[in-house]
Amino acid sequence: MGIVSPGFQGRRRPSGPNLPPGQYLTEDWPVLSAGPTPRVPLTDWEFVITTESGSEVRWSWDEMWALPNETPTVDIHCVTHWSKLGTNWQGVSLDTLLDGVDTTADYALVHSYGGYTTNLPLHDLRDGRAWVVHRYDGADLPAEHGGPARLLVPHLYFWKSAKWVRGIRLGLTDEPGFWETAGYHDYGDPWREQRYQGD
Amino acid sequence: MTEQLRPDQGRMDYLDGNVLAGPMRDVFAVDLTTATGRCASCGQTSPMAGLRVYSNAPGVVARCPACEEVMLRLVRTPTSAWLDLRGSTFVQIPMPAEPAMMPGPTAM
Ligand SMILES: [Zn+2]
Repeated sequence: MGIVSPGFQGRRRPSGPNLPPGQYLTEDWPVLSAGPTPRVPLTDWEFVITTESGSEVRWSWDEMWALPNETPTVDIHCVTHWSKLGTNWQGVSLDTLLDGVDTTADYALVHSYGGYTTNLPLHDLRDGRAWVVHRYDGADLPAEHGGPARLLVPHLYFWKSAKWVRGIRLGLTDEPGFWETAGYHDYGDPWREQRYQGD
Repeated sequence: MTEQLRPDQGRMDYLDGNVLAGPMRDVFAVDLTTATGRCASCGQTSPMAGLRVYSNAPGVVARCPACEEVMLRLVRTPTSAWLDLRGSTFVQIPMPAEPAMMPGPTAM
């Protein structure tokens, strides 16, 4: 297998009822990265939601985690075929962050420290399905896994759960992100195996 | 693939651009190991072998050694290859010498 072919090469187990098609269970946690790991001092860290009219809502590190925290336990599915079940996180629901944000946007473009972007419908960030998380398994989220904070949208392939998340731009039109402009599916539902454009 | 240490943080997290030769050969019939490219972000020209390649990812990402911006992305799906070079203003590929040029344009 060449380095271009996305394929998890760890120990493979047969699919089970909790696994979407084409996925294999892993107990460890492969590190995927498209660039150098950004190091963001917490005193400089901020999260910003920008609406389609250009208005901004900002949270500092302390302001963010003073919001009500949730502790979702979810299954995660990477497009490179590995899945990890029952992962434990701590963070703030996007419902909480979007509450009071005045928008009629249909789309969200998530952007990260380091320049990564990924897009999804704004609807998929609502209804208890998405979080900004800063802790994993009771410890601070390691930088190689997206710390100090990452997005968590477990019902879509994990490339949508942007590491080192910095903010979200809301828009009236869909703007494809880093992998979505390079052949990957615009939506990325693992249960419909939407890996690539045309799937 | 060479393992090198980066002075700031121990083991480096990328591979050198020589690893691009294999997957690029699947796309192009020419050998690109001696090709050079110009970064669209900072303007530095680098040999392909000098790019920083991140391949533990859904695709291959090659970054400029000077500014770390993306110069090349290559995604291989089951049925096609997606090559994105928007981060490179040119790619220069050494070629065999052309046969002797004809003396001027030939009338059609
Ligand atoms: Zn550059």
